[in-house]
Amino acid sequence: MAENETVLATHSPGLQHHFDDSAQQLEASTLGMWMFLVTELMFFGGMFASYTIYRNMYPDAFASTSQFMNVTIGAINTGVLICSSFTMVLAVRSIQLGRKNATIAFLTLTLVLGCVFLVLKYVEYHEKWVDHHIPGPGFEYADLRYGRQVQILFYLYFAMTGMHALHMIVGAGLIVTLIVMTARNRFSAEWNTPVEMVGLYWHFVDVVWIFLFPLLYLIGHTS
Amino acid sequence: MSTTLQPPSPGIEAKANYLNADYGWKSWLFTTDHKRIALLYLFSITTFFFIGGAFAVLMRIHLLSPEGMFDNDTYNKLFTMHGIIMVFFFLVPSIPATLGNFLIPMMIGSRDLAFPRINLLSWYIYIFGGIFTLMAVVRGGVDTGWTFYAPFSSTYSNTHVILAAVGVFVSGFSSILTGLNFIVTIHKMRCPGMTWSRLPLFVWAHYATALIQVLGTPVIAITLVLLGLERILHAGIFDPTLGGDPILFQHLFWFYSHPAVYIMILPGMAVMSELVACYSRKRIFGYGFVAFSSLGIAVLSFLVWGHHLFVSGQSMYASMVFSFMSMAVAVPSAIKVFNWTATMYRGSISWDTPMLYAFGFIGLFTMGGLTGLFLATMAIDVHVTDTYFVIAHFHYVMVGGMVMAYMGGLHFWFPKITGRLYPEGWAKFAALVIFVGFNLTFFPQFILGYLGMPRRYATYPEEFHLLNVMSTAGASILGVGYVIPMIYLAWAWRNGPLSPQNPWKAKGLEWEQSPTPPPTFNFDTPPIVTEPAYNYSGEVEEEAHG
Amino acid sequence: MGSFSIFPERASTSAGEVDALYGFLLLVGIGMTLLIFASVFFFAIKYRRKSDNDRPKLIHGSLPLEITWSVIPFLVMLVMFVWGTKLYFQNYTPPRQGTLDIYVTGKQWMWKMQHPTGQREINELHVPLGRPVKLILASEDVVHSFYIPAFRLKHDVVPGSYETFWFEATKLGRYRIFCAEYCGTDHSRMTGWVTVMEPAAYESWLSGGSASGSMAEQGEKLFQQYGCASCHITEAQGRGPSLRNVFGHPVVLEDGRTVMADEAYIRESIQNPNAKIVKGYPRDLMPVFQGQIDEEGLLQLVVYVKSLSPPAPAKSAVTAKDVSNPGRAK
Repeated sequence: MAENETVLATHSPGLQHHFDDSAQQLEASTLGMWMFLVTELMFFGGMFASYTIYRNMYPDAFASTSQFMNVTIGAINTGVLICSSFTMVLAVRSIQLGRKNATIAFLTLTLVLGCVFLVLKYVEYHEKWVDHHIPGPGFEYADLRYGRQVQILFYLYFAMTGMHALHMIVGAGLIVTLIVMTARNRFSAEWNTPVEMVGLYWHFVDVVWIFLFPLLYLIGHTS
Repeated sequence: MSTTLQPPSPGIEAKANYLNADYGWKSWLFTTDHKRIALLYLFSITTFFFIGGAFAVLMRIHLLSPEGMFDNDTYNKLFTMHGIIMVFFFLVPSIPATLGNFLIPMMIGSRDLAFPRINLLSWYIYIFGGIFTLMAVVRGGVDTGWTFYAPFSSTYSNTHVILAAVGVFVSGFSSILTGLNFIVTIHKMRCPGMTWSRLPLFVWAHYATALIQVLGTPVIAITLVLLGLERILHAGIFDPTLGGDPILFQHLFWFYSHPAVYIMILPGMAVMSELVACYSRKRIFGYGFVAFSSLGIAVLSFLVWGHHLFVSGQSMYASMVFSFMSMAVAVPSAIKVFNWTATMYRGSISWDTPMLYAFGFIGLFTMGGLTGLFLATMAIDVHVTDTYFVIAHFHYVMVGGMVMAYMGGLHFWFPKITGRLYPEGWAKFAALVIFVGFNLTFFPQFILGYLGMPRRYATYPEEFHLLNVMSTAGASILGVGYVIPMIYLAWAWRNGPLSPQNPWKAKGLEWEQSPTPPPTFNFDTPPIVTEPAYNYSGEVEEEAHG
Repeated sequence: MGSFSIFPERASTSAGEVDALYGFLLLVGIGMTLLIFASVFFFAIKYRRKSDNDRPKLIHGSLPLEITWSVIPFLVMLVMFVWGTKLYFQNYTPPRQGTLDIYVTGKQWMWKMQHPTGQREINELHVPLGRPVKLILASEDVVHSFYIPAFRLKHDVVPGSYETFWFEATKLGRYRIFCAEYCGTDHSRMTGWVTVMEPAAYESWLSGGSASGSMAEQGEKLFQQYGCASCHITEAQGRGPSLRNVFGHPVVLEDGRTVMADEAYIRESIQNPNAKIVKGYPRDLMPVFQGQIDEEGLLQLVVYVKSLSPPAPAKSAVTAKDVSNPGRAK
């Protein structure tokens, strides 16, 4: 069916049979993407709510974990993601101007930055592994004053950053697809909806991190 | 499935339609036609309905004697799997994924949903989730109740909780994608002249449903992820011995699962508006109020979840607010019931099968809704929560309401979907059997509940015996009632008389401007709307409602 | 199968009140249902389609009607809301004084009751007639729910916290206790009986005594065993606050808030000391006992701490028997 849709298209290669024109299709895609991001927001919202409740319940235990968070890597990663959002914007801009090579370059740069983030994240996870800070039977924590309470923070840390990293991996996969499609001349100044949509998604994932960083790394540094 | 995979009998082939456009399993499993996807869903959810129903029958047989037929663990698994399958794999997708999927594009004059491939994807995700859940069933079942309360589910249960939770988690994305598709479609795909104030109320109610699907479902998804991880790691997020809070799970769970009951009932209300209008030959009384009451329900539905926690130790003042909001949400529901009833006033009322189901819906939903007020009234809730009163209330809304509407809708649009008519006599008979069986099954449970019989009891004291026997007797009638339509509808699909384009003389683009059964792209000529919805009186006029 | 009634027995002060409210709701409910059924039937018959060419006249909506049938149900609901809320607060707020406190622990799949005097029962609860009884509910494993239909009351029993439940029995007899929150295999067998006795009979039942001493005595043993006594010195200033005259009195916290020292507060302070630090004491000094002491032990500790607060000004000596009524100190 997907092939038929392309055949049926009249003036734009990306126009699907059931839309009247490209404008309608673009509006539909954009609205759809925003609705999807709302869904994502609620998805992360469940974890943010749990975080808020437990931090309120165990403020001291939560604050005590900051010393074991690698703030340097966290900060570098924050910078990396902000840069990658910037290169993503440039990629979207380039394709809107029809500049194929620039688009590929910026997408590749975004992908590289995304991978840098994931590699650094891996380094952090490895540290946690070495320190026995992975929640579960092997969990150990030097400061015994808080019993098992700190484990909940590490649980949330892994759940939240893990879900975030999963979204990064999906995003990286999407960018690879975009690079291939751009190279095959599938996008043009007239039709580049997928690039724009992946751009929105990428920015969303970055914004989630902007919240995760202070909430998870800087708790003990606030007062 | 076999009925649709093969070419229909000769005669119907005169005209190209979505059913005969293409043959072979590939043309179904890779279709992006919303009508074919709706049929894929129809067969899948019917399968799940009968699996879930079989569990219900076994439960009722078990409860025939106070000591039970099976052992306690078996019974606990039966009600858990009945709940999980019926809620997540039948009720949530039922009307939206079948009738909604089939009709929304046609009702608004579109060739398809906005994202046809995502629509197909949502069906695959649903099936994938279903497979996980069925695996949990086949490998020995789950015994946590469909509510998965921690720490029982996270620590104490030794059944296949994770498999079942993964199934529910996965199928949630199917629901999200359906909702997302509907919202975008309703916003962006309306044909010329189809303004918001001319939308059929079916579409309005589905729009409200879709909002809840998109906003609520991700929360249950993440809750189940946290629960599954907790079960593997025992890190304590819901385990009080490690510092976790089991009530937090209940909050997160009901934040989705209460709105979810509106995901289930709003589409039933969607169907009701169409049935009452068509079989009364009247414009729905107070169109604007009915439309906006759907949105009102959608918004309020997110503010009432705490009424499941009145006895859990939640702050009494929080309970007070939730009690108030829960009563407030009854107002838009009442508005709908009154408006449907008022629509019948001075109408031309036909007693065709779909309208019989509509009568059933109005009555039973009224009872379900009113008993909801009992549960929202805190002092009463303290006594009846977690008893059979809740079971009866829930089934009056879901089976007496939702399933009645679903059956009514299925009969109403059967000619549209298949191009054939169903046997009216059998259909009326089945509707009557279902109505009688339903009331006999669930009415005694209201009494049982107030007498204090707790839900999820594998064994029960002797004094509850009589009412349980009555309930089981009713269930056997109800079970037969559901099998009859299954048989005659399957028969009529191949052998029923051919239907004219608009057998009920109904209003709406899907009947008036689209052939029956519809062609692949729904309309032979691009539809244009020039009159308000339900213009049965033939008066062309525009008026501001709501 | 016995005689048939739609009401269970009424055996507490709250039962009649809940039934009255239920009666009101039934009236409204049946009235509304009849109204809707009657209208549907009446319209369906009166306006039954005569010919396929019927074209009923268009009726516009009616704003006054819409307002009427929105506002009237809303007002009726307000009555339900106010009535139900008032009764709920009353039924869930134990009297501040004069309650008989009994400690209930739920575990898969039984109810364990401890009387302050040390008597223990399983799935049986003896209470006197005509006296407010307060149950302090704890769970050792999953969420349970303590339910006595004859009293029209239930309360979830949530692990990790105390819930309270109170009633005043008004009728002698034996009434069922159910577990109402699904808790696993033998959920339906986690049932028992509450026996309402004449006060005098109850007193003589209590005087049967207990081999292991009163709850406070058992709590004191634990208090020594866990080393609590090394910091919380009763008669002098230790590293931790003295626990004399704490229970039932307001406590000023580090952040300036004041909380009432009730059972839940004592429990929380044992389990998670940092949650509420008493003004003038350092954080992180006391170890966290979360998951270290079982629920029955915790309850004994709580009763011991309660016993350190004299029950009433009238009585001076604190004896094990007096502890049976520490609620008076409030």
